[in-house]
Amino acid sequence: MLRYTEDHEWIKLEGDTGTVGISPHAVEQLGDIVFIELPEVGASVNKGAAAAVFESVKAASEIYSPASGKITDVNSGMLEDLTAITAENAMDNWIFKIKINDETDLDGLMDEEKYNAMIS
Amino acid sequence: METLKTPLYDFHIDNGGRMVAFAGWDMPVQYTSGIKAEHIATRRSCGLFDVSHMAQITLEGAGAEALLENLTPTDIGAIAEGRVRYSLFLNADGGILDDLMIARINNSLQLVVNASRAKHDIALLRGYLDTTTVMSVLENQALLALQGPASSTVLENLGLNLNGFTFMQIRQFELLGSAVIITRSGYTGEDGFEISVPEVNAVRFAEALLSDDNVVLAGLGARDTLRMEAGLPLWGHELDESTTPVEAGLRFALSKRRCDKADFPGASRIINELTNMPKRQLVGLLPEGGRPVREGTELLHNGQRVGHISSGGFSPSLNRPAALGFVATPLAAAGTMLAADNKGKQTPIAVAALPLVPHRYFRGEKT
Repeated sequence: MLRYTEDHEWIKLEGDTGTVGISPHAVEQLGDIVFIELPEVGASVNKGAAAAVFESVKAASEIYSPASGKITDVNSGMLEDLTAITAENAMDNWIFKIKINDETDLDGLMDEEKYNAMIS
Repeated sequence: METLKTPLYDFHIDNGGRMVAFAGWDMPVQYTSGIKAEHIATRRSCGLFDVSHMAQITLEGAGAEALLENLTPTDIGAIAEGRVRYSLFLNADGGILDDLMIARINNSLQLVVNASRAKHDIALLRGYLDTTTVMSVLENQALLALQGPASSTVLENLGLNLNGFTFMQIRQFELLGSAVIITRSGYTGEDGFEISVPEVNAVRFAEALLSDDNVVLAGLGARDTLRMEAGLPLWGHELDESTTPVEAGLRFALSKRRCDKADFPGASRIINELTNMPKRQLVGLLPEGGRPVREGTELLHNGQRVGHISSGGFSPSLNRPAALGFVATPLAAAGTMLAADNKGKQTPIAVAALPLVPHRYFRGEKT
């Protein structure tokens, strides 16, 4: 199941683990990414709370967790070359994995069709 | 409120410009290649910027010099025909109301002021107008900035003869069959030109310049990172009504005759700061690590607040975060270590000399 937030995060749910990233549109809007702060593995985060920070040349953008739970993994590989993060690979460039407490956190989120309608 | 559009609005859209609201204008913050690429291309070759949002104003008549001397610390009479000076509108306390360029050409004084301050500045000037002076706001005039080491070659490729035309000069040229006013100046720290053209010719000029392989389009994002590296202040960030020219590192904008006479707004405070040093000064700042520090971040020394970041971001030329900020004068020496306080998280940050990237203005052939 793939869902999107209004803040342009995506979450893919498999079992009770969600994989979270940001949409191609979000990557495009950020522009050149110059720094990323990932969450710590083991940290508990609440739905809607800042879990990561993407800094572009112009501004810092917080990445909000689409659901409450515990961080189980982070994609530190993406830090090796920030210029390699593009709109084209945004759906593969996951940021963190989260073991979610309650699947109903995803109930209000958008499917791909609704999300694409929102950004068009 | 509806945003204003420059004559190049459609040109920006057609060239992939990402438009944002800036000072009431719809302006390209970047094009498809992005801020870093546009910035690096400007330093290496040549960037073309639409700066038509800035207000171009002419003052003519017997009272024009006196009018400007009422508002600035500049020796207006000493601006020779064909010359450009950087200047400041000051308030009675020596605070900066705006910064501007003043040039003399064809016996008139030509001003370029910030878009964000245009309304304020025009009202200010109007308040000092008398029957001997005529002010015109050139609303139908576009302004293109061509900046970077290849910019003179680009203009020469279009047939301009730039012989003897050096930094901070203004001249009328014949370009692409039209008369244009060009100043050799800019806001990037590089050699470059600002070309004032009638709006009906703006797209034709932009296309002709862009057709040269040396030229890339650059937006407000790159303009900001370039000027930050060059240590050039921006009103609303480094400059405001509570900041003096001495604090902002703009001593060069204080003309000797005006200082000797102490006859400009805020002269007593400013002259005192020239003699005794201001309490705080504009410096460059280089944070440790890869994370940019942003405007408004407090600077600490031994736990005490000693300054703040006025412009913070990323320096594409240095490939690292960089910033401008004000610090207490005793801590303004290059190499001084401070801490940038980001919501309680502190990052070591070093004071650095300005400019962070050396200026490369064309001041004439070396002999």
